[in-house]
Amino acid sequence: MNKLILGRYLPGDSIIYRLDPRGKFLITFYFIGIVFLANNVASYGFLLLFVLFSVYISKINLGFFIKGLRPMLWLILFTVLLQLFFTPSNDPIWHWGILTLSTDGMRIAAYIFIRFVLIIFISTLLTLTTTPIEISDSIESILKPLKVIKFPVTQVALMLSIALRFVPLLIDETTKIMDAQRARGVDFGEGGVMQRIKSFVPILIPLFVSSFSIAYDLAIAMESRGYKDGEGRSKYRVLSWARRDNVALGVMILITIILLFIRSY
Amino acid sequence: MEIIFKNVTHSYEANSPLEGIGLNDVSLAIHDKKFTAIVGKTGSGKSTLVRHINALIKPTSGTIKVGDREITPETNNKNLKSLRKNVGMVFQFPESQLFEDTVEKDIMFGPMNFGMSESDAKESAKKMIKLVGLGEEYLDKSPFDLSGGQMRRVAIAGVLASNPETIILDEPTAGLDPVGRKEIMDLFKNLQKQGRTIILITHNMDDVANYAEEMVVIHDAKVMAVGKPKDIFNDKELLTNDILTLPRSAVFAQKLSKRDFSFPQLPITISELTAEIKQQVHGD
Repeated sequence: MNKLILGRYLPGDSIIYRLDPRGKFLITFYFIGIVFLANNVASYGFLLLFVLFSVYISKINLGFFIKGLRPMLWLILFTVLLQLFFTPSNDPIWHWGILTLSTDGMRIAAYIFIRFVLIIFISTLLTLTTTPIEISDSIESILKPLKVIKFPVTQVALMLSIALRFVPLLIDETTKIMDAQRARGVDFGEGGVMQRIKSFVPILIPLFVSSFSIAYDLAIAMESRGYKDGEGRSKYRVLSWARRDNVALGVMILITIILLFIRSY
Repeated sequence: MEIIFKNVTHSYEANSPLEGIGLNDVSLAIHDKKFTAIVGKTGSGKSTLVRHINALIKPTSGTIKVGDREITPETNNKNLKSLRKNVGMVFQFPESQLFEDTVEKDIMFGPMNFGMSESDAKESAKKMIKLVGLGEEYLDKSPFDLSGGQMRRVAIAGVLASNPETIILDEPTAGLDPVGRKEIMDLFKNLQKQGRTIILITHNMDDVANYAEEMVVIHDAKVMAVGKPKDIFNDKELLTNDILTLPRSAVFAQKLSKRDFSFPQLPITISELTAEIKQQVHGD
């Protein structure tokens, strides 16, 4: 349960941590976009160097990023194999039925693999260095212009931050309930499929009951402290845009230009 | 069953920057058929300690012996049923473990997992519901229609129904009213008198003074003291270092000793206190 690295914050301090979360959020998505501009060894290599450099200055152990790949492993493997054996080619090295192995296929498979690595590393970098609450604050801030078309930005942001707050709470609750049922003799992951599904009923029902009661308590607590959404709510956490954030955006522009240059080279 | 911890260390998320020490080289014996209280501040490692006893968590290094059974870092997750049948565990707020549609089925859940026949489990449920102070008419109700205190009792009945030799209680009376609290504690004391080992985690020093025969003080993932409650509550070092607080009777005696009374050893229960006062007022 606690092994999941993707989507998890790691307390720390470095230049990446200090960047404005709005900037980091936008840069991450922008970077994922420009990954698709890369089309040759040099451009993929350049992006990989950039990502590794970002990991280096974040002062986080590279091991965390490699662990972040693990939950996606099957998807990566499946896609890579698909590219490897199903890329049509006039000059196959090996051929059997509908399966074709060619240098083109191998090249494309390698590119796809690097693309996955780039995207997962950069998004892991975002979540490792940014607290969920900062991410939800920056989504709120980025969506603000939508208020013009009456989109309920503050409510959506509140829902988002409550949902994020509930994740660790529910993980704790699940661990607690699983322990309690284990102590009453439940063996998870034993027996046939039906047996395994049945062994989750004693977790799911208490989990539902307690998440409803936690939600109910939260609603009462918010109401009793006079929560009211709408105009004029001040912020407890104020985001501040500094010069380093401009520099970070500048670096992204520079990278785009270099990438466009290498691409057509 | 005698429970022996030998150099047990447990670290959470070993080999990561988030690593934290839950237990630090703990060696400890919990004696058979005794009532042992485990005290310590929030986060000191009490719950981590007891979760080792039925292998819900395993040590990072060291061994735990529970009767003939040995738990080591390599212990397999399978075949733990016989251990868990013998070591019942009442968690904090155990009412959150209820899930069946009737109280009876919920109490029968544990025993049947441990291989008891349905008719025996039913019989056991009947006995247990009365033992925890609810009538047989509760057996057909849904546990979710009961009050918080009643749910707590049903959950405790569900653990006792498997007839464990050792019962671990993690703050079983938190949030109960004073009458309910005393009833539940008396119930555990009676179970001990019938020959079971009771291990109680608590923040309530009066419960320790009134019920426990042995006491373990945990502080910062280490065992600071083991012994009889009376001796430990008279240990000046533990008290001055703010590791331990006193039962009410002892606090009262401390205040009295600033006047004309003197106590060579602080009394820890009300009866000890009143006996001492009587003797000092009328004594000579």
